[in-house]
Amino acid sequence: MNEIINPENLVYQKSTILTEKAFHYCPGCGHSTVHRLVAEVIEEMDIQDKTIAISPVGCSVFAYHYSQVDWIQAAHGRATAVATGVKRLMPDHFVYTYQGDGDLAAIGTGETIHAINRGENITIIFINNGIYGMTGGQMAPTTLPGMKTSTSPYGRDTEIMGNPLKITEIVASLKGAYYITRQSVHNPASVRKCKKAIRKAFENQKLKKGVSLVEVVSNCNSGWKMKPVESNEWMVENMFPFYPMGDIKVPEEK
Amino acid sequence: MEEIKLIKGNEAIAEAAIRAGADGYFGYPITPQSEVMEKLMLEEPWKTTGMVVLQAESEVAAINMVYGGGACGKRVLTSSSSPGISLMQECISYMAGSEIPCLIVNVTRGGPGLGTIQPSQADYFQACKGGGHGDYHLLVLAPASVQEMADFVGLGFELAFKYRNPVMILSDGAIGQMMEKVILREQKQRWTQEEINHMSPWAATGKPKNREYNILTSLELDSAVQEKLNIKLQDKYHQMEEAEVRFEEFGCDDAEYLLVAFGLSARICQKTMELGRAKGIKIGLHRPITLFPFPTKQIRMRADQVKGMLVVEMNAGQMVEDVRLAANGKVKVEHYGRFGGIIPSPIEVLTVLENKIIGGK
Repeated sequence: MNEIINPENLVYQKSTILTEKAFHYCPGCGHSTVHRLVAEVIEEMDIQDKTIAISPVGCSVFAYHYSQVDWIQAAHGRATAVATGVKRLMPDHFVYTYQGDGDLAAIGTGETIHAINRGENITIIFINNGIYGMTGGQMAPTTLPGMKTSTSPYGRDTEIMGNPLKITEIVASLKGAYYITRQSVHNPASVRKCKKAIRKAFENQKLKKGVSLVEVVSNCNSGWKMKPVESNEWMVENMFPFYPMGDIKVPEEK
Repeated sequence: MEEIKLIKGNEAIAEAAIRAGADGYFGYPITPQSEVMEKLMLEEPWKTTGMVVLQAESEVAAINMVYGGGACGKRVLTSSSSPGISLMQECISYMAGSEIPCLIVNVTRGGPGLGTIQPSQADYFQACKGGGHGDYHLLVLAPASVQEMADFVGLGFELAFKYRNPVMILSDGAIGQMMEKVILREQKQRWTQEEINHMSPWAATGKPKNREYNILTSLELDSAVQEKLNIKLQDKYHQMEEAEVRFEEFGCDDAEYLLVAFGLSARICQKTMELGRAKGIKIGLHRPITLFPFPTKQIRMRADQVKGMLVVEMNAGQMVEDVRLAANGKVKVEHYGRFGGIIPSPIEVLTVLENKIIGGK
C-alpha cells in the first residue's frame, strides 16, 4: 500500500483553496461538489488574491467556511446587488455570487434581473434544487408542479400556488447577460462539464462583457425525502425535462 | 482648494462627497433629496476622482451596493428620504452586525406611509434607536445648515471608519432644499488600494498570501459566540458615548429656561431665543449635533441649572424621551411638536414656552 502513495502516482488532490472544515451539507447534496469545482477553478486560474465572493441566505449561507477567498455574506436575495457594489469599486477583481433558487429567483428576483440587465461583470453560481433546503423543505419558486414540499404537502397545485419560474431563461433574454448555461453535477461526466462552464464563467470576467450565470440543477435529498441516489434519478426524470440541460446563451464566436 | 458656493443642502452633500474622496454613491430617486444623485451625475466624478455613481433599481439594492462597497473598505454613501430609508433597514442592520462602515444621508419627510414630501423630524426614533432588527446603533449626525450638510460628509466617513459602523446624517426636506452659502473643503484624494489594505485589514480586498481570508458576516449560530459579538458592539456604542458626543449651546450660561432642539428646529429656536431675550426672558438653547450618542451628561448638567425645558421637534415627541431620561425628573420637560410637514414659527415656540414652562402649572 505505502509504495502506491508516492507523488508520481498522485491523480487527484483536494483544492488548496478549500479549508479543512467538513461540509455541513447533507451527504449526497450537490452543493459540496459545486463548492469544490469553484475552488478548483479559482486555484487553476490562480486568482485567490483577486477573488471576492458573496454568500447568500439559504443552505450555502456558510459557503464562507469552505473556500479561502474573501467573503461577504449578503442578506436574503441581495447578493447580486452586493456584488454590483463590489465589482464597480473593485473592477479588476473576480466577483462571484453563490445563490440558491429561493434567494435568486424569489426574494432576490429584482436584484437578479437588474444586475444582469446592467451587465455587471460578475459570475453567478445558481443552485436550483426546487426547494428551500435550509428552512426545512418549503416550496420554492422553482418547485415543479405536483411536487410535494412542507408548504405544498399535497403537491404544488399551480392553480393555487402559481407556476414554477424559469428565471434562467428570463435573464438569458437580457442584453447584459453574456453567458448563461444550465448544468448538473449528478455523475462524473456532468461534473466535468459543469466545471468547464464555471471556468468559462470566471474567465469571462476578464472580457468585461456582462454577466455569466451557471445554473446547476441539483438534488436535495433531505428536502425531497429521498436517498441520494434515488434523488439523483428523480432529478434526471423530473427536473431535467422542465429545466433542460445545456447552454442557453453563449457568446457569439468570432 | 476651498470654494464658496450658494447651493442647496442636497447639492452640498454631493459636492462634499466628491471632495471627501468618496469611492462610490449608490441611490434611488425620492423627493426631497433627488438633487444629491442629480448633482453627482452632472459632476461625473468618475471622470475626475474616479468615484463611482450608480442609480440602483430600488433603495433595497442601493443600500446593498453600499454594503458591498463598504465591505471592500471603500468610502461609500447613499442618500434617501424616510420611506426609502425604511426599505434600507434590513441591510443597515446587516452592516451594523458585520461592522461595515458607510454613510447614509436621510433627508426626512413627513409620515407615516407615503406621508408628505414636506420636511419632518419624525424619524428620530428610527435613526437613533436602531431602525432595523437587533440591538444596534448608528452614529447619527444632525445638521442644521447647508454648511453642516457639507461638513458632516467628511466627518461621517471619518467616524464610520473609526468605529467600523454605519453613520447617518439625519437631515430634513427643508435643509436639503434650502440654499445657503457654503464653504466647500479642498479635494481629498481617494484612498489607494495600499492605503485601504493597511487601514482596513478586515476588508474584502482579495486574500493575499500573508493573511487569513476575511469574512464579513453578521451570522453566528453559536449563542455563546453571538452574545460576545453583541457585547463587542455594545462596547463600541459606549465608546462612542464617551468620545463622540457633539452639541452646540447658545445663551446657556445664564439661562433660566432651556430650549432643546436638533436640526431645523434648532434654527427656529435660535430666533425664539432672541425674541425671548428681547422680552427679558433668559432663554438658552441646547442643540444636540450627535443624536446618537446623545448629549445626556450635558443636558443633565443643565437640568440642575434651569427652571424648565421645552423640547421642540417636528414630530409627536421623540427626542423628548432622551431629554427626559437625561433630566431624570429634576426639572419639568415639556414637548412642542408640529407634524406632517408643518414647520413651527419662532413666535409660536415662544408662546408655548411662556404658557407651558414659564407660566405653566
